[in-house]
Amino acid sequence: MRFALRRLGFFLLTLWAALTLNFALPRLMPGNPAIAMISKFKGGVSPQALKTLETQFGVNTHHSVVSQYFSYLRNIATGNYGISLSEYPATVGHIIMQAIFWTLGLVGLTTILAFILGTAIGIVGAWRRGGTLDSVMPPVFVITSVIPYFWLGLVLILIFGVKLGWLPDGGSYAYTDTPAFTLTFIWDVIQHAILPAFTLLITTIGTWILTMRNTMITTLADDYVRMARAKGLSSRRIMFDYAARNAILPNLTGFAMSLGFVLGGAILVEYVFNYQGVGYWLLAAVNNEDYPLMQALFLLITVAVLVAILLSDIATALLDPRTRDAG
Amino acid sequence: MRSPTETILDVRDLSVEYVTDGGSVLAVDNVSFSLDPGEFVAVVGESGCGKSTMLFAVAQLLTPPAEVVGGTVMFKGRNLVGLTDKSLIAIRWKDLSVVMQSAMNALNPVKSIGAQFKDAMQAHGVTSHHEIANRSAEVLKMVGIDPLHLKSYPHQLSGGMRQRSMIAMALLFTPELVIMDEPTSALDVVAQRSLMVQIKELQEQFGFAVIFVTHDMSLVSHFSDRLMVMYAGQVAEVGPTRTLFDSPQHPYTDGLMDAFPSIRGPKVPLAGIPGSPPNLSRRAEGCWFAPRCPKVFDRCNSERPALYPVDGTQVRCFLYDGSAP
Amino acid sequence: MAMIIPGGTTEPAAPIELTDDSPPVGRSGRSRSPGFRALARLGKAIRSNRKASWGAGLLIFMCVIALIAPLLYPEYPNQTGQFRVGLGPSSHHLLGTNGLGEDLFSQILWGARPVLEIAFGVGILSTTIAVLIGVAAAYLGGLWDNVLSLLTDILLVIPLFPLLIVIAGYLQNSAGTGVMIAVITLTGWSYTARQLRSQALSLRKRDFLEAARVRGERPLYIIVVEIIPTMTSLLVASFLTNALYAVLFSSSLQFIGLGDPNQVSWGTMLHQAENNEAFQTGQSLWIIAPGLCIVALGAAFALLNYAFDEVGNPALRPLRRQKQATQPRALRRTSAIAD
Repeated sequence: MRFALRRLGFFLLTLWAALTLNFALPRLMPGNPAIAMISKFKGGVSPQALKTLETQFGVNTHHSVVSQYFSYLRNIATGNYGISLSEYPATVGHIIMQAIFWTLGLVGLTTILAFILGTAIGIVGAWRRGGTLDSVMPPVFVITSVIPYFWLGLVLILIFGVKLGWLPDGGSYAYTDTPAFTLTFIWDVIQHAILPAFTLLITTIGTWILTMRNTMITTLADDYVRMARAKGLSSRRIMFDYAARNAILPNLTGFAMSLGFVLGGAILVEYVFNYQGVGYWLLAAVNNEDYPLMQALFLLITVAVLVAILLSDIATALLDPRTRDAG
Repeated sequence: MRSPTETILDVRDLSVEYVTDGGSVLAVDNVSFSLDPGEFVAVVGESGCGKSTMLFAVAQLLTPPAEVVGGTVMFKGRNLVGLTDKSLIAIRWKDLSVVMQSAMNALNPVKSIGAQFKDAMQAHGVTSHHEIANRSAEVLKMVGIDPLHLKSYPHQLSGGMRQRSMIAMALLFTPELVIMDEPTSALDVVAQRSLMVQIKELQEQFGFAVIFVTHDMSLVSHFSDRLMVMYAGQVAEVGPTRTLFDSPQHPYTDGLMDAFPSIRGPKVPLAGIPGSPPNLSRRAEGCWFAPRCPKVFDRCNSERPALYPVDGTQVRCFLYDGSAP
Repeated sequence: MAMIIPGGTTEPAAPIELTDDSPPVGRSGRSRSPGFRALARLGKAIRSNRKASWGAGLLIFMCVIALIAPLLYPEYPNQTGQFRVGLGPSSHHLLGTNGLGEDLFSQILWGARPVLEIAFGVGILSTTIAVLIGVAAAYLGGLWDNVLSLLTDILLVIPLFPLLIVIAGYLQNSAGTGVMIAVITLTGWSYTARQLRSQALSLRKRDFLEAARVRGERPLYIIVVEIIPTMTSLLVASFLTNALYAVLFSSSLQFIGLGDPNQVSWGTMLHQAENNEAFQTGQSLWIIAPGLCIVALGAAFALLNYAFDEVGNPALRPLRRQKQATQPRALRRTSAIAD
């Protein structure tokens, strides 16, 4: 119980830190960028919206920084993220709602798939030490995990989209379609998702494989594994019940922490493929100096990572009886 | 000499090498000994003398880079060396079980004690939950632990309780041979003694043979029937415990005896054995112990001694090879 | 970017101690410092491990091409329209020209410079900050430790790349090398700080530190002169990890267009390629060449890092095929049992 409370406390503390960071950043940057943004959009948005913006970013306002901070926090809590400048008059919230759906689908599924596959391959590779899989794995996957996400995406588009024409070279669905729950649309979505998913899978799976393998090797040297052999347990039992169950624990923590990085990479993949998820919109916002949207997306990504970490902590507590008692 | 049909374990010329990038090291060098049913043999020696390696080699539990490179291990008439894991499974735990040094490391931290007992039994065809539960409770009671603790996890038990539950687990099938690798080393002195007493009681009650590896000679002196002293991967001296204690022949054994003060008797200055254990990756020309031996002479540095019989013990020392000094 | 560093477990691993069997006294008779011994070990490790040799080779190769760039091509290759657009590889233009009429090969050579600068800059700077904070937290303990660790953990958890994007977004196109280094360092030191703190904590209890304390040395002296040289292997690993990240992150930021557009670097090359429809116009080399370079440099750091992991943890080293125990090799008899 104490363990859960401590993790929850950390979660809240980090959340607060992220919120504050979000608030402080534009104000800390040289030559307050908010001013440039506001002057850029002056003609395009209503005076009311402009006023809200000014308050949000602390420009031309008589309120003290502290009171700005509190109204900022209050806005966050009430779900008022402001209006998107680049997609005016759509609210930031509206855009986010749509984007989340696409990102969860692509990134969420691919990451989970990569984790499961990667972990399984890592376990098998470690189990068959000295086999071909084991000697070939490390160098190959070391290299695949340093391939920049965006570059691989570009190359794949080049090969499959442009040269071979097998798969579409961008977008979450064909521009000519309107979203509907029809079979043709769903097939269209799948076709558009294959390349980005594959890109993400290739670049992320390497790390899961390697870390699982390394942890397994260390675990396999532990006494309790030898003990399991002495007891006459079957290889499969030893591999899963004794070795893998212990080896996966540090990986679970790593999984959640790496989610932040995977999301970062996913941003690039979405950009390259014009896939309209959270990452795509974040970059669009940056390029358009649409700071309200940018802030809100950053917050969303951070919260997602924090929640993932909290969940993995809970999973670790469920799987490892020692953490439950440690508190 | 014992006839092979009486013994349950007959180890002959067992050798183990550690194969590394830089070359191989002979960690166990042609060790031979045999064990009668119900006999308690203690194997003692300094750290790194190869006793644990030898023990695991006997039980076929070595892991790379260690491998058995020679010799046979006849257990109940079958040679264990070279058997596949599948064939070994039938023997494991039912006839031969293992107790390891630190229960904190030897017990799976994420499974309860009961679950670990259960999987051992299930691996050997015991399927009835009733039977499993009964037997588990029974063995725990044998070592003086409340069966309530079947639900506990290893980290929730004290060190002594953990070791005892490992011993209980080893007795699930009342095997004929239990090998123990320094089971008391992780405990305090009082717990050590009480564990030893418990082990001896169980041994007398169920009649299993024991190979007990330790670096603490005084601990086993009252419990073991025979004592085997190892040095640099070889057997230095082996014989009845009392004989070795009363009149150690090998200079190394002699030095070891002197290093353990006796509570009773006159005060004697504490002597150690000067020098340190040899680096096994460098092959020696003569006797491994020569550099540290107080009774060394010329021959010791150029030839390797074999084991020579002396009054019921065997000693690896040229002092006893029967030739004139 | 993959979070888990190739070759490292995600949780800062329990500190690994390298066995030290190099003589403490050198040939000249002077006693060697722990730092020197560690570097000597380093050199030996690189030569003996194949991954490390490849990694080191690639790295040196990249440094060389960065250095010789101005010798081969004295003019900075960012003049658009200098050559004909879209030429294929030829003896004049080894990789052809891009859609803006610039020579690709010279761009690749020159482009190595900012990438290497950023990599080394971030590597050294991040490691320095990580050492100071990690070791201070471990050594000072108590409240200081709690505060510093909390700070480290919070930064660790906030997703780096989105943060980088936001910061670069506010800076809008003014992110040259210096700014890149600063920004990537400030957001990235926390990971290695945690590992260094772990190791420093385990070192605290070692005897030689106790001896220094008893001698009455000041904490700063102990930290700098005794602790840090012993952690050399972890420091090198930290450098490599951070350098790797710097390469990938900076290239990504440049690719999105948040770098300095006037600077020639592999990332900006890719950015321009994308903006100028390199696919559709069939200029594959424009995309492939800079990308391969990034992969190569990244792989260099990653291989070195992975090799280090193997050096520190021998269990991970490549295994020779296990011989079957069914045919034990005959040994010459070294002793005999007299019956």
